[in-house]
Amino acid sequence: MGEHHGPMKGVKRWILATNHKDIGAMYLWFSFIMFLTGGFLAMIIRAELMYPGLQLVDPNFFNQMTTTHGLIMVFGAVMPAFVGLANYMVPLMIGAPDMALPRLNNWSFWILPFAFSLLIIAIIQSFLGIADAPNFGWTFYAPLSTKYGPASTDFFIFSVHLMGISSIMGAVNVIVTIFNLRAPGMTLMKMPLFVWTWLITAFLLIAVMPVLAGAVTMMLTDRHFGTSFFDAAGGGDPVLFQHIFWFFGHPEVYIMILPAFGIVSAIIPTFARKPLFGYASMVYATASIAFLSFVVWAHHMFTVGLPLAGNLFYMYMTMLIAVPTGVKVFNWVATMWRGSISFEVPMMFAIAFVILFTIGGFSGLMLAITPVDQQYHDTYFVVAHFHYVLVSGAVFSIIAGVYYWLPKWTGRMYNVGLAKLHFWSSLIFVNLLFFPMHFVGLAGMPRRYSDYSLQFADFNWWISIGGFGFGLSQLILLWILIDICFRKKGEAVSDQVWDGADGLEWTLPSPAPYHSFSTPPVVK
Amino acid sequence: MQSIAKRSLAIGSALATITTSGAFADLQFDMTPGVTEISQQVFDMHRTMLWWCVAIGVVVFGAMFYSMIKHRKSKGYKASQFHESTAVEVVWTIVPFIILILMAIPATKVLIEMNDTRDSALTVKITGSQWKWHYEYLEWEGKGSPGVDYYSVLSTPSEEIMRPIRASGLFPKNTAQDSYRPDGQYPAQNELYKQDVDKPLVIPTGRKVRFLITSDDVIHSWWVPDFAVKRDAIPGFINELWTQVPEGKEGIYRGQCAELCGKDHAFMPVVVDARSPEEFEQWLADAREAQQAEALAAASSLDKTFTKDELMAEGEKAYLARCSACHQANGQGLPPTFPSLVGSAIATGPVADHIDIVNNGKNAMPGFSAMLTPKEIAAIVTYERNAWGNTPSDGVDVVQPRDVAK
Repeated sequence: MGEHHGPMKGVKRWILATNHKDIGAMYLWFSFIMFLTGGFLAMIIRAELMYPGLQLVDPNFFNQMTTTHGLIMVFGAVMPAFVGLANYMVPLMIGAPDMALPRLNNWSFWILPFAFSLLIIAIIQSFLGIADAPNFGWTFYAPLSTKYGPASTDFFIFSVHLMGISSIMGAVNVIVTIFNLRAPGMTLMKMPLFVWTWLITAFLLIAVMPVLAGAVTMMLTDRHFGTSFFDAAGGGDPVLFQHIFWFFGHPEVYIMILPAFGIVSAIIPTFARKPLFGYASMVYATASIAFLSFVVWAHHMFTVGLPLAGNLFYMYMTMLIAVPTGVKVFNWVATMWRGSISFEVPMMFAIAFVILFTIGGFSGLMLAITPVDQQYHDTYFVVAHFHYVLVSGAVFSIIAGVYYWLPKWTGRMYNVGLAKLHFWSSLIFVNLLFFPMHFVGLAGMPRRYSDYSLQFADFNWWISIGGFGFGLSQLILLWILIDICFRKKGEAVSDQVWDGADGLEWTLPSPAPYHSFSTPPVVK
Repeated sequence: MQSIAKRSLAIGSALATITTSGAFADLQFDMTPGVTEISQQVFDMHRTMLWWCVAIGVVVFGAMFYSMIKHRKSKGYKASQFHESTAVEVVWTIVPFIILILMAIPATKVLIEMNDTRDSALTVKITGSQWKWHYEYLEWEGKGSPGVDYYSVLSTPSEEIMRPIRASGLFPKNTAQDSYRPDGQYPAQNELYKQDVDKPLVIPTGRKVRFLITSDDVIHSWWVPDFAVKRDAIPGFINELWTQVPEGKEGIYRGQCAELCGKDHAFMPVVVDARSPEEFEQWLADAREAQQAEALAAASSLDKTFTKDELMAEGEKAYLARCSACHQANGQGLPPTFPSLVGSAIATGPVADHIDIVNNGKNAMPGFSAMLTPKEIAAIVTYERNAWGNTPSDGVDVVQPRDVAK
């Protein structure tokens, strides 16, 4: 490999980074720090909910915790982690030297610390008792977030604007890279599925992030410039806010799960030692899910009083999503079927992903049925549903991806014993944390409650124990990462790393060189 | 294989014992079938969906686990290399689609029924506001408005709710210090903890009741699980829905607010008292009489002059019931959203401004003139001007009902 120059020295390497691996690594570390921060806020929520009555925090502060927890996890942990993986892996997978737009890449990362500083300043002010942080839920429904929002709502608005700019630039970069920098012979239908899912995700991002920006801009003018987009008293419409928000919000949840499908579709064939079953149908299923995501948003609004025809339409469309999603799950199972399966740590997380994500899919199907949803809506059943798909779904897939590619990134194998401990404790506690939420939700406990009546007490105690356990388990991952990245521990690995792995990234040395493919490989 | 089967049987029966033993007897794992025809249909549909999911789960996870057990590298299993089968892929696209259609048919039927609000006997307007419900009877059996309306507020005393574990109170603004008990002996929470209100909504059984739902401030959601009725209360919108509790199902039904509506979202329960039509008629007549008597008393209070002690006593009671959720029992509020009243420019400033803000509200604070009698407002204003060491700068420390009603 003829490297004509290496990384810059010192802190400049990171501030002025244009290398996809440096930027990818920064994205991943940033998202992990946000994951721990958002998790810390969740611990406060679970501590308050351990017993009925208010023991620790004031209910207004409780609402600030749920709001900031959601925002940080969605925009700070899950999304940047996927962008980080895309940055690191897409050039390796398509045989490119780097991302197509390296300076844009630098900018889209470095916006994020500023975006989240705004949110975190708000929450620190709140911890110090100076001023309230945003307290209207991560969905920030008007008029609770407009007329009734605290002063720090403006921090939130600018923070969301910045995140949106960052996401759009990241998405543009992914699309340009995939369309222009593929190695000779790599046709679209030969791309690894992770690249495919990211390509579709990037289009979703470009389509909906501007809608979110529009929503917060309207909030801003409602709050300060005398407009009444969402204020009924001024001729506006609070329900309009929900339509706009969920037109962004529903594609957003697929933005957080499609790349996960890609990761799992890379890992399962490797450890089943068998090619992915139904590659083409996987691609079409991903595209169908992305398309359907634009016509189901009002299933978040089945209780706002939409016309009957509206409720019926959104119910049918939502149920339809079960078909392509089912195809994906069946394909993974068929990939494993009559394979030669071994259970390395990435495979353990990938299998847990398939099972637990499917459980989240089942509750999603139940939630699609409008008349029944009117009982489930805004209860802990919904909380259970989206944590199954986002934590044991998206987050598990990210962790699986990290364990899968970490040896390629560092050239060393992490501490497998600890990683297995991390898996088992995460698996047990994540279910203790989220499964009983189905029960309390069905029994009638609404979400975003700082306090509950006595019939929910036993389950909530167990849920809190699960929460603390799951939170502490992630410190094992922190240690594993410090151990391999900073203490440089671990045995050297081969270029292939996993015997069943297939793809261009495994043809490069481990660790992968600073500039990925200086001469394009030829794909047959 | 047999030993696995035996073991799983043993585990199964052990689990069954645990779940039916005393420890779990009072735990509710599933949705309530409720008491109305609709809620029963919703419950049946929920169960059907659940069993479909369980069945699909058994097949999918069964295949996965079979594969994980049988097709292992460690057992020397050699991988086949098949990677597509159009027939199989078509089947597992079509079959789920057919299952979905089977699910959609009953769902459509029930949804259409839930939307049919025609031919109701009683119409009640429900207005949500932070953090209470207002019920207004608009129409009963074609006889026009019965002239009954009232607010329904949480009745759980704050001593049962506030149980700080730190002497400084609840984090981060150090509220509820007054409730702190160093010995940790907080009053027991009664079984209706956080589920009871001062005045429930009363409806007749055996009659179709139509609700018109709206809000005065932010979005709330009125939910009674036993009726399978949940609808958002949205400012500027009037949503319509209905329920019919069958005769013989008289009783108290409880629900809660289901849409995040600010600080005390968790503290605005819904209680419905379903009575036989005769008892309901009687109740309605009594309620109308009581309301008229109250109006008369309020009108006559305008001519009376109360002593400062009388007003302070009533004012403290009313303040704790209506004002302390935001401004706190010690008057210090939760600034900046909920300002402190201790030495504040309003509570110790010109009395006219003080009365105006209580009557008409400001920003996030609602006006209370429609909710409280002039006497109650006069008492609250008097209390706020004298409590917590406050001294009015204009020297007006007693406010009479007639000052408020001007």
